[in-house]
Amino acid sequence: MIKKFMYLNRKAPYGTIYALESLEVVLIGAAFDQDVSLAFVDDGVYQLAKDQNTDAIGMKNFSPTYKALGDYEVNKIYVDSASLEERGLTVDDLMPLTYEDEDDDWAEKPSIRVVESAELAALMEEQDVILSF
Amino acid sequence: MTTLHTVNKSPFERNSLTSCLRFATEGCALLLIEDGVVGAMQGTRLAPRLAEAMGKITIYVLGPDIQARGLRENQVIEGIRIVDYDGFVDLTTEHDRVQAWL
Repeated sequence: MIKKFMYLNRKAPYGTIYALESLEVVLIGAAFDQDVSLAFVDDGVYQLAKDQNTDAIGMKNFSPTYKALGDYEVNKIYVDSASLEERGLTVDDLMPLTYEDEDDDWAEKPSIRVVESAELAALMEEQDVILSF
Repeated sequence: MTTLHTVNKSPFERNSLTSCLRFATEGCALLLIEDGVVGAMQGTRLAPRLAEAMGKITIYVLGPDIQARGLRENQVIEGIRIVDYDGFVDLTTEHDRVQAWL
């Protein structure tokens, strides 16, 4: 039976291990053919920032891994618009994440959807499991 | 389908409580635990926000965590229900999912 799993990400990368751990769990979970979505709220939106460069802090830059999510059929990525706005960010500050839609002749489509809080709240209510990071 | 939201951090340390209140939908429950119980007390900057939220969600606070911190159960915002660990368990069974705001 397929269940709906949402991974809720609310922390910036590098300062704590939450962001990397969430990504690891998402990739592991993707092997189980469940209905997976990711939500980025509060400082979690910084996880998707483009041009991350960790050379000078001696940590692995794991941001390119988000671009692989589409290949794991993880293509529902919701970003809270209020969280972007209060940080002075727009969707153009985020990495463009895409997936190939097998139902549409493998057309490349965007995975990221910027949503209002109310819409994201409704999506949360549809989930079987919400994993918070 | 309803959610039991839990918040375990003080609203003065993190924004977990304010974010939770932003996403909690009508009919959901919120349980304040650990340092989150601070948010249940009268007279804080957050108190009006919680009073307003009680129009659409039910708010609970874990009594043992209030007592442990030397706070007073009679200082909890009116309308917030105090539960013990058995009550915590009951809440988890009464809702479809638990969402922990870290």
